[in-house]
Amino acid sequence: MKARLTVSALALALLAAACGQEAPAPVPENPNARPVDPATAGSITGRITFTGTPPVPETLRMGTDAACVQGAGPNPVSNAVLIGDEGALENVFVHIRDGLDPDYSFEVPAEEVILDQRGCVYTPRVLGIRMGQTLKVLNSDPTMHNVHALPMENLEFNKSTPVQGSSTTAVFTVPEVMVRFMCNVHGWMAAWVGVKEHPYFDVAGPDGTFTLEGVPPGTYTIEAWHEKFGTQTATVTIGEGQAETVSFTFTNQS
Amino acid sequence: MTWLHRYTRLLVVATLILITAGGMVTSTNSGLAVPDWPTTWGQNMFTFPWSGMVGGIFYEHGHRLIASGVGLLTIGLLIFLWRVEPRRWVRRLGAAALAAVVLQGLLGGITVLYLLPDAVSISHAGLAQLFFCLTVTIALVTSRGWREPAAAPVDDGRLRRRAALLTGLVYVQILVGATMRHTGAGLAIPDFPLAFGGLLPPTWTQDIAVHFLHRVGAVVVTAVAVANAAYIWRRHPGRPELSRPLVVLLLAIVGQVTLGAFVVLTGKQPVVNTLHVALGAAVLVTSLVLTLRAYRVRFGRQPEATRAAPDLGTAAPVRQS
Repeated sequence: MKARLTVSALALALLAAACGQEAPAPVPENPNARPVDPATAGSITGRITFTGTPPVPETLRMGTDAACVQGAGPNPVSNAVLIGDEGALENVFVHIRDGLDPDYSFEVPAEEVILDQRGCVYTPRVLGIRMGQTLKVLNSDPTMHNVHALPMENLEFNKSTPVQGSSTTAVFTVPEVMVRFMCNVHGWMAAWVGVKEHPYFDVAGPDGTFTLEGVPPGTYTIEAWHEKFGTQTATVTIGEGQAETVSFTFTNQS
Repeated sequence: MTWLHRYTRLLVVATLILITAGGMVTSTNSGLAVPDWPTTWGQNMFTFPWSGMVGGIFYEHGHRLIASGVGLLTIGLLIFLWRVEPRRWVRRLGAAALAAVVLQGLLGGITVLYLLPDAVSISHAGLAQLFFCLTVTIALVTSRGWREPAAAPVDDGRLRRRAALLTGLVYVQILVGATMRHTGAGLAIPDFPLAFGGLLPPTWTQDIAVHFLHRVGAVVVTAVAVANAAYIWRRHPGRPELSRPLVVLLLAIVGQVTLGAFVVLTGKQPVVNTLHVALGAAVLVTSLVLTLRAYRVRFGRQPEATRAAPDLGTAAPVRQS
């Protein structure tokens, strides 16, 4: 009897260890924190393009849910790769990766960032958010969705948005580029969220352009991330009040 | 054929269907399509509307419903065994099957609630195969062929060891495959039959190592199966209780290797991927049947199946093997 209890206790302990997810360690407060002087801040702008033969967009087989078929229209295709006029590449997450003085402090915005489940796809597909800022995921579809985030640094979660109009919120506590979102009910749904500790990030729009405003003087590593074509980096030096430009070109072999 | 044996066959088929349904859950990434347990989207799982069975919910909730059916069948088996089965060890197998299916349900719930931790998901997959082995064992030992063998059972110690070794290897191969599936290593080596264009991967990561181990395991299992086949055909010709499952086993292994190749070549197409899981289970239990028949001689004479409930101790107990 005693042996059986010991084995059961050990099994439960192992199970708890196997199941447990550790919360990421919180980013410590900086006693030397200071704001960026807007009088000296500049900007970094640029354009992202694609060259070469673009991949054939994947057809989304939404037939498993009639509500999705109705909402998405006929022959929906994946929006993972969106290439506009003159090779403009959309949905590239651009951010300052290195070089920012860690003593700069930035207030966390109070407004929520919205990620919408609409037409059985996530909209926008790529977005940026501040560490500590609230992400609100909204279900705009007449069907069930779940919101399954698969971060590597933050805590994974899976929440339901069971009816049209329902929503759920999440807050990321550590920086992470990028957090993948999926819906397990509709396996083709995907979104990518870049979590940053500072405000110098943007997502390239349909014209491929991006803007990082209010950047303090310094030398920075700018990283451009695309879910299919990988990452590219560039070094930019910005003086007081200067505006600098940097561009990135992705190919199918990136 | 007794009604008990018929019932055990029904449970075997239902279990294979359940394993296939579970395979589809993983293959379609639907494991978290129902984020709660034991409820389904906040509702009683048995009253969840059919109209809600969309997308991944169809696979995950369908799997839960089939599992409930298998659970009920297993309870029925235990009752049936208690009423008519005179062999205590067979009744104990039934109890073990019930314990296994209950634990399986718990593991399934835990893995959903804790967002599919690899260790729990792999355990869920491994226990499913053990439960399947239990149901097949009970079906075999309640069969007329087991109770009243047409000829004196084969008595060959080397055969017993070979058969048991193969069954063990197949189970280990299944566990490696489950590890590969649940850690996302299914396409860690993107080509077949080569590995990144060569015989060995040029670089090693954990995923590549697990994937490659599964391929090596397939070679080992096939080699041992072929060696066992040669042994059986040479040493025990004219023994259909061995040669029939042997032929099934060899054909299943050929099919399994072929499916494994197509899993990689199709980029883990869900139906192909799931058939690979189901056929892997079939390989395991076929090898198990061969093993049990090799051990049949150790079980001695088997009592007749009886409709009377077993003696509870008021008279001298009947010797049961």
